[in-house]
Amino acid sequence: MSIYADIEKTLGDFRLKVKLEAGDEVLALLGASGCGKSMTLKCIAGIVRPDRGRIEVDGRVLFDSEKHIDLSPQQRRTGLMFQNYALFPNMTVLQNIRAGARREKDSAAKERKIQEIMDSFGLAELSAHYPWQLSGGQQQRTALARLLVSGPDILLLDEPFSALDSHLRFRLERELAEVIRDFGRTVILVSHDRDEVFRLSDKIAVMSEGGIETFGEKTAVFARPATRSAAILTGCKNISPIKKLGQRRLLALDWGMELETAEDIGDARYLGIRMHDLCFGPGENAFFCRLVSETENPFSYTLMFVNGSGSPVGLETDKSVWESLRCGETYIRLPPEKCVLLK
Amino acid sequence: MDLFPLWNSLRIAGISTLIIFFAGIFSAYYIAKAPRALKGVLDVVLTLPLVLPPTVVGYLLLRLLGPKRLIGAWFLSVFGLKLTMTWWSAIFATTVVIFPLMYRTARGAFEAFDETLAYSAQSIGLSNTYIFWRIRMPYCKQGILAGTVLSFARALGEYGATSMIAGYTPGRTATISTTVYQLWRTNDDAGAFRWVLVNLAISFVVLLAVNMLEKKQRQTGPLRKAGA
Repeated sequence: MSIYADIEKTLGDFRLKVKLEAGDEVLALLGASGCGKSMTLKCIAGIVRPDRGRIEVDGRVLFDSEKHIDLSPQQRRTGLMFQNYALFPNMTVLQNIRAGARREKDSAAKERKIQEIMDSFGLAELSAHYPWQLSGGQQQRTALARLLVSGPDILLLDEPFSALDSHLRFRLERELAEVIRDFGRTVILVSHDRDEVFRLSDKIAVMSEGGIETFGEKTAVFARPATRSAAILTGCKNISPIKKLGQRRLLALDWGMELETAEDIGDARYLGIRMHDLCFGPGENAFFCRLVSETENPFSYTLMFVNGSGSPVGLETDKSVWESLRCGETYIRLPPEKCVLLK
Repeated sequence: MDLFPLWNSLRIAGISTLIIFFAGIFSAYYIAKAPRALKGVLDVVLTLPLVLPPTVVGYLLLRLLGPKRLIGAWFLSVFGLKLTMTWWSAIFATTVVIFPLMYRTARGAFEAFDETLAYSAQSIGLSNTYIFWRIRMPYCKQGILAGTVLSFARALGEYGATSMIAGYTPGRTATISTTVYQLWRTNDDAGAFRWVLVNLAISFVVLLAVNMLEKKQRQTGPLRKAGA
């Protein structure tokens, strides 16, 4: 295990209570703004002091409230990158990176490290530029280079792409994936973007109101979000409260639909189904529904259907499918194996 | 024209500016980090000289530094030194009066500082001293420089507290502002006017410098956001 953190922190009305661990892999903290994901990073980096708990990286104790251990941010070697990249505005690219290498006392080794990192990040030509002269992507590369040259034991990345235009994001995401792979140790990534999280991470912790709601391998978290807020954060748009009718039979109260489920309902209180998991045609869990709205997306349609007097349920389908089918009323099916039970 | 008042004013203003440069910056830095209640109290106390009439400041200083008062008497008995009515007595007055100017501009500059820069710097292992002198101060440079220049100008123009604690002795404690008053009082209108012109010229240059510093900050300062 490479990071272990079990921390509590109260700040005014807000209470953070987080327990997480990860090996040499990418752990994503996914959550809406204000859920405490950035504060978790700050606690690990030593910028915010938890009220109680223990933080360990590679077996080294960074913080332990019981043993009164609280290493300074400098001693922790936790490389924290902020969403604005926080490049020192009065220093050039080279000076920024040189500032990151100050831990290295041997000057020959230091210069070699700086040179290597400048070359591998393609920053050699930009070395005399000031941060405000750089594009968003170049700023991110400089920030990563400065961080890595300081020799961190763990990388903490806070919303690494939020300051970028969407067309840049995809390319930089690939670059960052490579940096993470080369780093080869624990990386904690904070984001509110589910696609980004899915592509970059191995494990996901879904956070809400200062706590971790769902924690697990990314595919498991996306397939079985477990809670209502985790379902929303992983992009599930159809969610309804339910009334249990049998072991595997329920009434979706919002939609006015009686549905079979593939799993036991247990004490679940909500049902979720992703828009692209709904399909057309009769069969099990199918209802004859009326179309209430049609929204055209670049490569798909989002269609809202209503069963009787219920509220609408959304369906997303390929353009060609809907263009050949287009009608005002049709059968909509909610396949039982796609119905996710939520707490 | 005896230039002593000019020289005296400049050295008084220069020395008190030097003192409040460090005192203002360090109190601004540490008070910004203090707990809220303490911050509120210190803030009021340290800003008080800005709103008090200079004569009140002068009176309070005399109560402390006068030869028969607490600190003044002690200095007199231990060092045989009189703290009032010398040329450098005016430094006490100007220092107290201009301190809030420096303190407040420095605090404003520090509050505009992006703390994520300091956190990032700590995270890559830079010492807090390095962060203060190499990152925080350069970031706040223009604001602090403007505050310094403004304080210098204000020190140059200090009259009320200075005249009370240093008095007016030609060739010994006379400053530009006390000279103007003295010459006007003795009906030397031409003499007073000359010193008024000197004072106007200095103030003009100083304010021009402040404006240029602020303009420079707008153009190239760290507040400028980079395009993505």
